Amino acid sequence: MKDQAPATTGCRTAPVLKERGQREVFCGLTGIIWLHRKMQDAFFLVVGSRTCAHLLQSAAGVMIFAEPRFATAILEEGDLAGLKDAHDEIDREVGRLLARRPDIRQLFLVGSCPSEVIKLDLGRAAERLTQTHAPHVRVLNYSGSGIETTFTQGEDACLASMVPVLPNTDARELLVVGALPDVVEDQMLSLLADMGIGPVRCLPARTRADEIGVGPNSVFALVQPFLGDTHAELERRGARHLAAPFPFGEQGTTAWLRAIADEFGVDDETFARVTDAPRKRARTAIAGAADVLNGKSVFFFPDSQLEIPLARFLTRECGMTAIEVGSPYIHDALHGPDLDLLEAGPQISEGQDVDLQLERVRAARPDLTVCGLGLANPLEAEGLLTKWAIELVFTPVHFYEQAGDLAGLFSRPIRRRARLHLEAAE
Amino acid sequence: MKLTVWTYEGPPHVGAMRVATGMTGLHYVLHAPQGDTYADLLFTMIERRDHRPPVTYTTFQARDLGSDTANLFKTACQDAYDRFKPEAIIVGASCTAELIQDDPGGMAETMNMPVPVIALELPSYSRKENFGADETFFQIVRHLAKPMARTERVTANLIGPTALGFRHRDDIVEVTALLDEMGIDVNVVAPMTSSPSDIARMGAAHFNVLMYPETAEMAARWMEKELDQPFTKTVPIGVGATRDFVAEVAEITGRPAKMDESRLRLPWYSKSVDSTYLTGKRVFIFGDGTHARAAARIASDEMGFEVVGLGCYNREFARDIRGLAREYNVEALISDDYLEVEAAIEAAAPEMILGTQMERHIGKRLGIPCAVISAPVHVQDFPARYSPQMGIEGANVIFDTWVHPLVMGLEEHLLHMFRDDFEFHDAAGPSHHGGHAPKPMPATADEAREVEDAPAAAVERQANGEVIWLDAAERELKKIPFFVRGKARRNTETFAAEQGISEITLDTLYEAKAHFAR
Repeated sequence: MKDQAPATTGCRTAPVLKERGQREVFCGLTGIIWLHRKMQDAFFLVVGSRTCAHLLQSAAGVMIFAEPRFATAILEEGDLAGLKDAHDEIDREVGRLLARRPDIRQLFLVGSCPSEVIKLDLGRAAERLTQTHAPHVRVLNYSGSGIETTFTQGEDACLASMVPVLPNTDARELLVVGALPDVVEDQMLSLLADMGIGPVRCLPARTRADEIGVGPNSVFALVQPFLGDTHAELERRGARHLAAPFPFGEQGTTAWLRAIADEFGVDDETFARVTDAPRKRARTAIAGAADVLNGKSVFFFPDSQLEIPLARFLTRECGMTAIEVGSPYIHDALHGPDLDLLEAGPQISEGQDVDLQLERVRAARPDLTVCGLGLANPLEAEGLLTKWAIELVFTPVHFYEQAGDLAGLFSRPIRRRARLHLEAAE
Repeated sequence: MKLTVWTYEGPPHVGAMRVATGMTGLHYVLHAPQGDTYADLLFTMIERRDHRPPVTYTTFQARDLGSDTANLFKTACQDAYDRFKPEAIIVGASCTAELIQDDPGGMAETMNMPVPVIALELPSYSRKENFGADETFFQIVRHLAKPMARTERVTANLIGPTALGFRHRDDIVEVTALLDEMGIDVNVVAPMTSSPSDIARMGAAHFNVLMYPETAEMAARWMEKELDQPFTKTVPIGVGATRDFVAEVAEITGRPAKMDESRLRLPWYSKSVDSTYLTGKRVFIFGDGTHARAAARIASDEMGFEVVGLGCYNREFARDIRGLAREYNVEALISDDYLEVEAAIEAAAPEMILGTQMERHIGKRLGIPCAVISAPVHVQDFPARYSPQMGIEGANVIFDTWVHPLVMGLEEHLLHMFRDDFEFHDAAGPSHHGGHAPKPMPATADEAREVEDAPAAAVERQANGEVIWLDAAERELKKIPFFVRGKARRNTETFAAEQGISEITLDTLYEAKAHFAR
């Protein structure tokens, strides 16, 4: 396990460049796009403005065929002027919605910038609506507003809102926290089951019926690096966090599994029996892309909080050099293990002033820039190769079997540029 | 509060962004929280623009509220000027900033910027994207354009094109060519392609061509009044409208009406025998007011379709579209509620939809072909090839675009002849859409359900006093091509109900067919 050892000088104690200014990021409402697919009996009702509805539609990229399990209750002038009681309006819209969709078992009232600013108390609305619609429907609330949350923090806020209502249990159980595509979640569960660890519970559960308990004997592992509030809520319920690097790439996945295996007393032989074959497969799959990435430099704009673990993956497993690793927020409890493994050198930055950061990327001219969709084409037009960050959130990239795909997401822009010959042949 | 699944228009500040992004030398300072920057990707991804929109977002957060959002605005405004050195600045608020009432316009005024600062008041909770574009362009023109001497040659301003507009890029080329043939030069195209200094010389044109009333009508009316410039009322989309436009320009300028028709193909293509199958095709039209109006005329007069539904999502054009709908003996649908539009289309059971990207999805769901005629835009609406809607090439493009989703004439004929052939069954779909051909299965979910639990449903229907289909009639119905089957079913049921018939036989089916024959 030599390759698991911390780099001699990691980035955990490196000075962090903290910036604030214009942020080129999504707000937390965006998480609804993947959360509503993951939780099959949940509906997300944003209480907000036309901008919120427009964001959801645009961020989804294409409209989801069939009526999606999310919608926006758009505030109108009458709601703001106090001409109509906003709570009556919410009750009416929710009543209509639930009557039309009897398959809905959990409803999230999602706060937005306007609902926060006018101090619309969605917590009170959720309590009242739960009383009206229980036991068939549970109503919770969280904020996905841009004044409170950055992009993936929306999932954090959603999961954190579920923790206080989870039933108590004294069972010693492992809780795996963070939304994963079902196929990836199944791979993870099967690895853990093969080591004899179980039962393993997942948050979010696929449906309300699958739900889990939590208590002082629970231990939990995070699969997403942006779940700071959920982490705090679970600790409040007495659960204990198993800190580990995030399961990206062969090394990240192994370290993540190792932390859980150690907790549950899995012996080295069992661990090796379960992981040797998929580790080898992952290394082989990464190697294809790593040939292209080796020796290239990468610059991360802050987007999803996946930046630090991904920089660790690209530098340690794909041979890249990180120039700047920007993250919207850095939590030591979550990102520390990955920062330990990230060799000193890159500028770690938190927050954003996009114009200043653009000056830095232009000066550095990295081989690959990881950034949001608003910046990608303009940077390509300046001759910088980019990888759009949102794809890292929407694509299955966790654990061994996806490690090659993850590396492929970064190598594709470079391979593509090498393939295109758009000039005259001479 | 209004429950919304999909929206036809964004908020008004997105309209302002469309104006600013189309222009050069203008910067938009938008008081807005983080997250509103999503709008940048509309331009960089959907339209594939190679520059960021010229917008600075102040990016206030919860902790700034009640303390210093105003100062944040001032800093952002100053930084934006220092960094981008624009010729003029527009300032405004997004929906959230509107609520905190910082008055960006007032603040910017106190800063004594060395360039014109234009304040925008865009009410986010009552108005939408098109209004935002129209109002923004109007304010820019009102602040910057001045009366001045006319150009020596006859010139026109083309007004209305914006960033993220439906085929605006190519319409500009086509309208410029139409005017050129009449010996008329273009003075300024705005907002797209212009700078604030170009806006300042708009007064030199002899008249304005109002290409898109949605985004430039207020400016056109102001310039008519203040700069004494008449503007064109005809939007040259379609053959007839293009001829009318040329006549209108001739009338305004006193120059002879002239149009080179050598490349115009729509009229002959429409007359040629393969197009016979287009006759009386029932179409449902929905889009923005301008494109819906143009499509209705083309559909009815130039393609020989029957307009069975007509509507628009922008209420500003409600009166106009209501009047037009009366001419086609249909009731206008004025709505921005996607589910309501879907229900109206389902009820009208058209053979084709001429709509937006939203209706394309409705069409997919209902199994009805759809051609896109209007914004809201999608990455597909920015084709690499030249693809205007206006003028002569626009008419050609529209003919192709509208015919493409349909089964070709000869092919439709063959379908009737060989409708029971295992490979050539009627549900195979147009042969040039190989990948999208539906499987040979019931065309709608309703039919699927009926097939599954036909006996139970029949009993229930009879108990409710509804008509039921006898087996032979049901089987005959299945032989009717799928794209008209829904209509045949509804007509037959209507006919049966009117006649007091409770069971539909083979005879009822054909009696109904004769009854409704057109």
